[in-house]
Amino acid sequence: MMHPNKKRLRRSMMFLNCQKPGLIKDPYIYKPDSIMLDLEDAVAENQKDAARYSLFHALQEIDYHGVERVVRINGLDTPHWKEDIRVCVAGGADTIRIAKTESAKDVHTVEEHVLAAEKEFGRPEGSTLLMSALESCKGVLNALEVCQSSERLIGIALSGGDYTKDLQTVITGTGVELMGARQQMIMAARAAGVQCWDTVFTNLDAMDVFEEEVKMIKMMGFDGKSLVNPRQIDIVHKIFTPTQKEIIFAEKVVREIDEKKALGIGVFTVDGKMIDIAFYDGARRTINLAKAAGIYEGDL
Amino acid sequence: MVVSKTAMAGTLESSDAQVTVEPGTNGIELSIDSSVIHQFGKQIKATVLDTLNRLEVKDAKVTVVDKGALDCTLKARVECAVYRSNDITENLPWGGTIK
Repeated sequence: MMHPNKKRLRRSMMFLNCQKPGLIKDPYIYKPDSIMLDLEDAVAENQKDAARYSLFHALQEIDYHGVERVVRINGLDTPHWKEDIRVCVAGGADTIRIAKTESAKDVHTVEEHVLAAEKEFGRPEGSTLLMSALESCKGVLNALEVCQSSERLIGIALSGGDYTKDLQTVITGTGVELMGARQQMIMAARAAGVQCWDTVFTNLDAMDVFEEEVKMIKMMGFDGKSLVNPRQIDIVHKIFTPTQKEIIFAEKVVREIDEKKALGIGVFTVDGKMIDIAFYDGARRTINLAKAAGIYEGDL
Repeated sequence: MVVSKTAMAGTLESSDAQVTVEPGTNGIELSIDSSVIHQFGKQIKATVLDTLNRLEVKDAKVTVVDKGALDCTLKARVECAVYRSNDITENLPWGGTIK
């Protein structure tokens, strides 16, 4: 049976450094869909142990008001990831983000240790979800096998900084260097029925460029974006919230398809546009996004 | 647990606490410096002593410089300092002695 939270709404996934108590104590006030408590790059090498104690108590004692608690663990090429998994599961993290995933085997390795930790700490088996960050050319090329690797896997996220380094280029601000990875990843995610998130945007002085990028990735089909600052959350939510016009059209599409199906009609027009069954899921998704944004007043 | 050598955890940033543990022979010698000592001094002391008790630390000199840390941060810093004093960073008793 599918985990009830596997396909929950994840438009905004905000990174927070576990090394900084001031950052992890109340990020729910900004209302992101998910927070990503970071044990990896944001935490200095000699503070990896300290970050885990902070993480454990934060997971156990802080009420994050329903915001999903994802933890980014250290890569499988480090000495830290096994203890990271133990503390995540013991603390009751909702989801583990696997850094630098390159293959289905990487996910299986983490899954094996998560299962062992669930047994050790008395958590229900299968309760901890996983997501993979793809940060290399190999990882991106293996996107489909990663997406299909585990029932626990909710989706894949692009990590643009490391990926462009591997590609031997840099983040240019035009998006041209990320085009292939984005396209490949969203197709793999959809083929496997999982979610897909875009990389962070780190220039906080260029909010207009950030906004354009969010519009673009939404058009490409992404479910959301990894974020580094609370100021970015509202922009993402605004862009991922359907307009009234879109909602009304989606409602018409759903109703008409249901009605026409009963009459044995497969193709027809709504507001002058040709509609058939292929539009049904998209219309449903629009209504679900409107519901998530708290603006839906209909009864579908 | 015995405090085997001097160890420190935490920073002097806002919402954090810096905890230093040193080997001792005469019970727990606790010193607390906090900007909110008048309001929260008793609570800070209780949290630190409770955590040391859970870790079964009987003898140690413990110095806390508090910068407005939540209870969960104080616990995390005390635990980290004590385990660091014994060079233990793996297979920790999450949810057991650490809770």
